[in-house]
This record gives sequence, C-alpha cells and structure tokens, in this order.
Amino acid sequence: MEGLNGMNAGWSERLRRNGFGWGLVLPSLLFLCLFTYYPMFKSFWLSFYEKNLATPEPLFVGFDNYINLLHDNVFMKVFSNNIWFAIGTVPTSLALAFLMALFADKAIKGRGLARLSFFYPNMIPMIAVANIWLFLYTPHFGLFARLASWITDQPVNLLGTPDTVMGALVIMMIWKEAGYFMIFYLAGMQQIPKDLYEAAAVSGVGTFTAIRRITIPLTMPTTLFVAVVAITNSFKLVDHLWIMTKGGPNNASNLLLYYIYESTFNFYDQGMAASMTVIMIVLLLLISSLQFFGWDRKIHYE
Amino acid sequence: MQKQTKTILTLLSVSMLAVAGCGQSNNSTAEAKENTVQPTTIAATPESTETPAAKPVEITFYYPVNVGGPLTKVIDGMASAFMEQHPEIKVNPVYTGNYGDNTVKIQAGVQAKQPPDVAVMMSTELYSMLDMNAIIPLDDFIAKDTDIQMADFYPAFVEDTQSEGKTYSLPFQRSTIVMYYNKEMFKAVGLDPEKPPTTWDELVTYAKKLNKDGHVGLEIPGNDDSYWMFQMLARQNATDPKQNIMSSDGKKAMFDTPENVEALQFWLDLSHKYKAMPEGVIDWATVPTDFIQGKTAMMMHTSGNLTNVKNNAKFEFGVAFPPAQKQFGSPTGGGNLYIFKGTSPEKQAAAWEFAKYMTASEQAALFSSSSGYVGVRKSAYDTDAMKKYTADFPQALVARDQLEYAFRELSTHNHGKVSTAITNQIQAALAGEIDAAGALKKAQAEAEQALAPFNK
Repeated sequence: MEGLNGMNAGWSERLRRNGFGWGLVLPSLLFLCLFTYYPMFKSFWLSFYEKNLATPEPLFVGFDNYINLLHDNVFMKVFSNNIWFAIGTVPTSLALAFLMALFADKAIKGRGLARLSFFYPNMIPMIAVANIWLFLYTPHFGLFARLASWITDQPVNLLGTPDTVMGALVIMMIWKEAGYFMIFYLAGMQQIPKDLYEAAAVSGVGTFTAIRRITIPLTMPTTLFVAVVAITNSFKLVDHLWIMTKGGPNNASNLLLYYIYESTFNFYDQGMAASMTVIMIVLLLLISSLQFFGWDRKIHYE
Repeated sequence: MQKQTKTILTLLSVSMLAVAGCGQSNNSTAEAKENTVQPTTIAATPESTETPAAKPVEITFYYPVNVGGPLTKVIDGMASAFMEQHPEIKVNPVYTGNYGDNTVKIQAGVQAKQPPDVAVMMSTELYSMLDMNAIIPLDDFIAKDTDIQMADFYPAFVEDTQSEGKTYSLPFQRSTIVMYYNKEMFKAVGLDPEKPPTTWDELVTYAKKLNKDGHVGLEIPGNDDSYWMFQMLARQNATDPKQNIMSSDGKKAMFDTPENVEALQFWLDLSHKYKAMPEGVIDWATVPTDFIQGKTAMMMHTSGNLTNVKNNAKFEFGVAFPPAQKQFGSPTGGGNLYIFKGTSPEKQAAAWEFAKYMTASEQAALFSSSSGYVGVRKSAYDTDAMKKYTADFPQALVARDQLEYAFRELSTHNHGKVSTAITNQIQAALAGEIDAAGALKKAQAEAEQALAPFNK
C-alpha cells in the first residue's frame, strides 16, 4: 500500500520535474527543429533526387548522386583540399595556442596586454580578416607579397598561383584561430593544482620536464576538445573564400562548404548539393562524436 | 507547485508566440499583397485613377551595384522621380549587393514563389531564368507600347535580351571592355600619348617598352569571370566577324577552335614570352587599383570603371579600343531589366511601365553620366546632360563608339557550370598548369557535358 503510494508520488513528481525540464528546452527545441533538423532531413531527402536546371521537377534517382560524386573530379579535389586545409591549420594552431597560453599564464609584466593581443584576431569578423589579408597578399603592395618577391627575387602572386594559395590561406587561418584556442588552454592550465609544480620544483625537476610531464598530460582534455573544434572549424569556415579567391585559381583553394554553395546558387544543382551536404553533416557528426564517446574519459588523469 | 506550472505555461506560450510570430509576418505580407491587388484592378480603369483614395500598385524592384561609387542613391532617386510621374504605382527599390548576391536572392524568391516584380540581373542569366520558368517575354508589351522604340537601343545590347525570336529583358546597366592607358608613362618612354596601340603587335611592343621603372606594361585580370577577357581576345583573333564562343541559342559551346587556342596563347605569351605582364592569375579588383597607383601602364577592364579611374587617377589617362588582331572586338557586359512570372498582370504592367521609364533616354543619360556605364540608347547621347558630360570627358565616348564591334557575353543554358568550366581552365593555363590547347579541350568537354541535357 505504502509502496504503491510512494510509486504514485514518484511518478507525479517525475512528471512535474520532467515537464518543467521539457518546458525549459521547448523554445530552443522548437527553433532547432525548424531551422536545423527539418532542413537536415529535407537535404537528406533531396539527396536522393535529381533536381537541377535540366530537371526542374525532382526525379528520384536513389544513390546516383552519391555515385556521381565519386566520379566528380572537382568534389574529390575539394575534399582533399579540405583535408589538407585541416592538416595545415589544426596541429600548428594547437601548438601555437599551447605556447601562447604558457606565456600568457606566467605571472609576468604586461600579461593582460599579451592575452589581449593574442586573442584579438579572433574578435575580428572573418570577412574583415579576409579583407586585411587580401591586402597583405596583394601583388606589388602587400607586405607578404613583397616579402615573397624579395625572397624569390621575382614578382609573386600568392593568391593567384595554385601552389601557394592554400599555404597563404592556412597561415591566415592559424593567425585567426590560435588566439581563440589559447583561451581554452589558459583555462585548462589554471585548473592544474599549483602544488604539483611546487613538488616538481622541490624534487629538482626542470621547467621543460615539468611542462612535458605535468602540463601537457593534464591539459589533454582541453587538447581533445580544442582539436575537435579546430577540425570542425576547418570544414565550416569559408567566408574568406568569397573575399579572397572564390575558390580559385582552378579550384586550388576551393573547400567543401564553398563548393556546396556554388553547386546550389551558381549551378542550381540542388540534388548534388544536397548529397554533399549530407556527406558533410555525417563527417562533422563523426568528428564531434569523438568528444562524446570514450575518448574523453580515456585521457583524464584524475 | 503552482509557480512551476505557471512557469511551464509561460515558457510554452512564449515559444508558441515566437513560432506564431514567424508565421504571422508572412500572413500580414500576404494580406498586404491582396489588399494592393484589389484596388489595382480599379486603378487600371481611367476614371478611378483620379480618385485619390485608390491605392497604388506596389512593385518590388531588386538591383545590384557592381562598381564603386554611390550608385544606390542614383537608382533610388530615379525610382522616386518615376513615382512622382506615376502616382498610381509604388516602387520599392531593394539594393541586393553585387550581381552574385542579387542572383541568389532572386533565385531564392522564385523558389519561394515570392519573386521580385522587376529586377536588374546579369544578361547571362537569361537561359537559367528561362529554365526556371521565372520570367515573362516582353513582346506583347513591346507590340502595344509605341513609346518604347526598340530600334533606339544599341543593337549590341539588344542581342542578349533575345532568344529564339523573343525579347525577355530591356538593356539597363551595360558595359564593354576598354583599354585604359597612362599618358604620362607613354611620354616617359617616348611613345605618343595620343596614339594608343591598335594591333596585337603594337600592344606587345608598347607593353614591353612600358614594362620598367617599377611598373608593368599591361594587366589583364584573370580571376572571377576570366571568360569575358577570353571572349574579347577570341573575337579579335577570329576571321569570321560574327564568331563567338557559343551558339546564339545557348545550347552549344565553341571553345576549342584553333583560333581560340591562338587567342589564349597570346594571353599567356604576354606574361610568359614577352614578360610585359605579371605571371599567374591577376585579380579583377586589384587591376584598377594598380592602374590608379601607377603600378601598370595599361589595363584592360570594364568601362564601368571609368568614373572610378577618373575620380582617383592623379595623372592624365587615355581610353581606347582594346587592340585588334584580325578585327576589333569586345563582349558587352552588365545587367538588363527582367519582369517576373507569378505576379498579377497589373503588377507586370506596372513593372513594364517602370522598366520603360528606367531605360528612356533621359534616365539612360543620367545613369550613364553618374556611373560610367554606357548609355543604352542612341538618343541618350543627344540629351543635354550627356552632351555636357561627354564634352568634359570625351573618354566616356570610347565604350559607346566600340559598340559596333561589340557582341554577346557568354550566355548558355546551365550557365554556371559552362562559364565555370572555361573560367577554371583559363586560370589553370594562366597559372602554368596546362597549355592553351589542353585547357580549351578540357573546357569544351566539361561544357558539352553540362549542355548535354539541353541538346536532347
């Protein structure tokens, strides 16, 4: 009898609590469904149809769009560009962020200024950054263009040459992103108990060993988180392409997201664009799931 | 407990309101539209136009601005002047960014079944708009309306408003490629500043001579729509005076011909062989800056930049036809006024009235003199405003005089893919990744693939 009463009370209590919880998430959930999950579902649906200027009415084609992508040289190039872009930006900006955080963490004079100057590239919108760097790379005028001309002893067009355009964009992205990741490392480092370092100092351990044996292992969760953010960013950030290269020359700097945009709004090829969107969504899901499944727990040292 | 229920209810209602709000705005615009349609039918009859209570027909007008300068003010001003003359029509001008953004917005509108009523759009979008079933032919309006005087438009600009015997747009914001040159640099190397190069051979000789003292001889932009410059060189090298790189029905590409290969080779030679131009792909937007800053002695660019160069160059400059090989030639460029499907006949009639006004000689003269675009009508050059403008600034006449050698910009079905195919291969050739013949062969193959569904 009492047990039954208790169950009833528990049930209504749970409903009340859950109802309150659901009420709290409802507004954002509604908007998520409207503007995120519904479009995702719609893209998924559209990716099985042919829909372009030659076939304005959607025509069911099964997996044909995906098979066509495998034969699409531009898609392959864009995909590998994106992987090189990630390889170029992620490790370097992570390493740089770590070093900057080490520096900004030390109690030295002008620490606030150092933090600010490291972080400020992140506060500038991507479009503005792209315009600034476009000028830096402009042949004849730009600082970097002149530097490159001085080194190679001939006029260099960094953004107009397929061999250099990706490198030029990677350097810009590192400059932009490293300061942002530094903030996470800084937070991570400040959580490391100071007595660990004191103990190390007492045992006569040098600074570098302390960094290698204490700081790096204990900031591993930060590294994982930042790496996931950095990799997804390398697939998501394309604003600069509008301003700087439009994906050129000859797709040398084209990235997946920009190619999706081109396919939709320049080629009006919505079926193919939808199938590329699906591939991108799946890829980003896989990357971000690293954070949530397993890996996160394995690298904690507590 | 009660408090919590209240909170839940509040949250619920807030979210409902928010969602409803999104729908509401749509509803109200729909209502507003219906409201305007009804009085319109009345307003169309002559008696009711006099009753002040009649609500005007409301039309939306999208336009892009692709060159420097405060052109939005000019266009908005023209729209208000139109409304003063036509109180029965209300125009809402919407500035939509550059040509690319403009097309995206129009395309989104067409798909959402809420297109603008009238819009300025690239002449090259004609076939895409036809394939999307988005625009109406203007032949009925032209036949009924004697004011329009189609023969007064320059034929070079009318060419790309037509397809298979029908007219789909009115020329509005039009340009050609011209050659700008720095007269002071000409003098410095002993060239006559009043005699710009007129042939390819002279161009090479001059450019080589001018290529010194920290500036280059010549710049031809190669990114963005590099096919435009390629079309110019191809026509200049063509034996047939009407040769273009695509068929006029927009279904065939003719990139890969021996004469076109020579034309592309000439472009490459300017930098690789003659060393008179920087190597690689030269950026469209930096070329005028280079010219204004004295980093290049000559440039090929759109006549739409005339006002920009005029206002900013600190030296005397000349404007000339781009030099000929077998003949002179330049593709036209820029945008036309299109009227859209899916609105009421009253709105379409109002849109026609507006398009007609915007392209009449007075307005064409005003727009040309404030932008540097070419006046689209012959009679525009007889207006006082234009006479005064060209007397002070005779360089503005060069683009107009060139119109007899001007021809249609690359415009095909599946235009995005076809133009990207040729643009990318030209860029690859300029960057030294592929030779001229190989580039055009590849571009041809890609274009044919993109056009295949339209040749069934």
